[in-house]
Amino acid sequence: MKLSSYDPGEFYDELYEGQGQPRPGSTVLLRKLASLPEGELKKRQEAAERVILNMGMTFGVYGSDHGHEQIFPFDIVPRIVVSSEWEHIESGLRQRMRALNFFIDDVYHDQKIIKDGVVPSELLHSGKGFLPPCMGLNPPRRIWCHIAGIDLVRIGDGRYYVLEDNARCPSGVAYVLEARQVMKRTFPELFETYRVRPVDGYPSQLLETLRSLSDLPDPTIVILTPGIFNSAYYEHSLLAQKMGVELVESSDLIVVDGFVHMRTTKGSQRVDVIYRRINDDYLDPLAFRPDSVLGVPGLMESYKRGRVALANAPGTGVSDDKAIYAYVPKIINYYLAEEPILPNVPTYLCSDRRDRTYVLEHLDQLVVKATNEAGGYGMMIGPHASKQEREDCAHHIEADPRNYIAQPTLALSRVPTLVEDHLEGRHVDLRPYVLYGRDIYVLPGGMTRVALRKGSLVVNSSQGGGNKDTWVLS
Amino acid sequence: MLSRVASSIYWLNRYIERAENYARFVEVNLNLTLDLPRGTAEQWEPLVATTGDHESFMHRYGKATKETVVRFLLADPANANSILSCLVAARENARSVREVISSDMWEQVNRFYLMVRDSVSKGLSSQNLHPFLLDVKANSHLFLGITDATMSHGEGWHFARLGRLLERADKTSRILDVKYFMLLPTVTAVGTPFDIIQWSALLKSASALEMYYRRFGRISPDDVAAFLVLDSTFPRAIRYCLIKSEDSLHAISGSERGAYQNQAEKRLGRLRAELDFADVEDCVADGLHEFVDQFQAQLNDVGDSIFETFFAPRPIHSTIPVMETQ
Repeated sequence: MKLSSYDPGEFYDELYEGQGQPRPGSTVLLRKLASLPEGELKKRQEAAERVILNMGMTFGVYGSDHGHEQIFPFDIVPRIVVSSEWEHIESGLRQRMRALNFFIDDVYHDQKIIKDGVVPSELLHSGKGFLPPCMGLNPPRRIWCHIAGIDLVRIGDGRYYVLEDNARCPSGVAYVLEARQVMKRTFPELFETYRVRPVDGYPSQLLETLRSLSDLPDPTIVILTPGIFNSAYYEHSLLAQKMGVELVESSDLIVVDGFVHMRTTKGSQRVDVIYRRINDDYLDPLAFRPDSVLGVPGLMESYKRGRVALANAPGTGVSDDKAIYAYVPKIINYYLAEEPILPNVPTYLCSDRRDRTYVLEHLDQLVVKATNEAGGYGMMIGPHASKQEREDCAHHIEADPRNYIAQPTLALSRVPTLVEDHLEGRHVDLRPYVLYGRDIYVLPGGMTRVALRKGSLVVNSSQGGGNKDTWVLS
Repeated sequence: MLSRVASSIYWLNRYIERAENYARFVEVNLNLTLDLPRGTAEQWEPLVATTGDHESFMHRYGKATKETVVRFLLADPANANSILSCLVAARENARSVREVISSDMWEQVNRFYLMVRDSVSKGLSSQNLHPFLLDVKANSHLFLGITDATMSHGEGWHFARLGRLLERADKTSRILDVKYFMLLPTVTAVGTPFDIIQWSALLKSASALEMYYRRFGRISPDDVAAFLVLDSTFPRAIRYCLIKSEDSLHAISGSERGAYQNQAEKRLGRLRAELDFADVEDCVADGLHEFVDQFQAQLNDVGDSIFETFFAPRPIHSTIPVMETQ
């Protein structure tokens, strides 16, 4: 197919340095694509989509009227990350993971970072992620966040920035594993020429991480899912399948004599470690929301007594609050005495009077986000919003400033993406996954989310985003 | 194994088997109507009667024609037992136990579902009805083969077989019942070539024609009943289904055959023993239809006790002895 007409445009392109000039790691891929007969790439894209359909790779969308299940949109052109770049990313993620865990542990104990005036007390206490019932708790080895997904973006200067931290129940890793399977089926010859670092090790690394939460030689580990109507159910079942552990719903669990058990055909069986994919609020109706039908009554009490381990520990939401995010560089500096390897995106806190005034005056240039939302919900992109949407946003900010932050609209990097029969640049971000058990493990790769709509900057699957395979070269 | 998971595996297999048997129901009727003497009206109402959903059918459609019956049994999302509904339910059950079944099993259920969904949305006409029914049977067989070849034959597999064979026993009894509802052109037609054609169409829809010929050689109503009810080696015969179901039940609980640990084993053991010691006269003495009716009621009781024994959420009691204080 003809690639000479592909225009990287004014954005940072992940595969091209300039028109007709591939980046060092992309030469082989682009030569291969150029050698394909016209229409062949589209054929392979369609074959990949059939594989996805038959595998039943789906995600759910809340409030969508097309039924609750959709096939995950996938683009066949991969993103390539060369090894030196990846080393930089990986060391930055390790640093961030350590610092965030120090921060959470401190917040639920002595709160030195508050006393030393680094993070303002009111910011901590006004956040929905801070859970007073967790004060004084000591999860195994004082690690709270075992599984994190940290969203990175690359902008015009070619540097990676952290866009947000997901330290509660980050999802998407199943798509990383499955995207690789699909690519191997549809592009086997490229895997023979490229040295792509495998991602298949993730489930066994996750299992090791979960095992590290118990002192027993062979702990019983389960994944707790809200059920098949949850948007990430596909991932819950895939991880359970690949780790060989039970996937339980909360009605399968019961607390007897202070220990958590699951109901089986042969009576009840004790559970030692729970990888829970339900939010803190819904874990235990006795401890948190009494109206929750998802929770397990008595779970928190059992957890507090150290009779069951939870991953992630309840309370980690305090660290991925979008207002706390603005302080993460200072948090890294405070606990590790290091400079952040991966910088933050400049962030304006609407709770701060000066920042707020600036935000309200520049709504047409900024992206505004609700501090406690995820999945692209509660987000306003100033340059793309209507006057009415900007005015609504201003009202929301004035009514509850603590709940909003703003960032400059970023010129996200692009990756060539198949549009009908040719390639066009589409904006991407990258969510790598980090595990913290006995050691820190970073999955080589991650979810490259792509905004499939022309010009769009919103990559969330619930908002018209798709997925690309991410090739970290060794 | 989690009770919820066991229940989902059991129902996954019941629904797949049910879909296959609904294809067989429609097939038997298609075969029969093709062989009708000129001038005889096609009979579609008997088919609905055998499924046990006669009332809801009449309420929704009013009149039994080929079109309405085919739509009701194959493509109607409001009929919980239609092939389409069975596949939706089978897939939802499979989705909730993906970590326990093999990927190959899941992918087959998913493909099966997509095939049915697409065929139904394109519309089932006289031209593509027969190939569709063949596809449904083949997909069900493929699922069964994949299950046998890729899933450990442990507790989960036994729940799968239990669900499948109990469903099949029920449906074979209903296929036999089609003949009861199917009117002959005249009373004197019993035993005529036309009657014989109907009995062989029935065997054919249970995939039993060749195996029957090998055992009995020629078609006689009593022998057909004996074969489909009492044969212990033909896999769609009722007795075979009960024998293997009982094996699975005992494999699940670990108890000896000939004894019982729970209500499910007791009821199924009794029902199987009745057939062990029955001959065809016992089946037809009060009429085959009455026999089938009674059998279905007993089989329902077995299903109820499986639910009570394995799936129903039961209270779990504390194991710490209560200390009495003065």
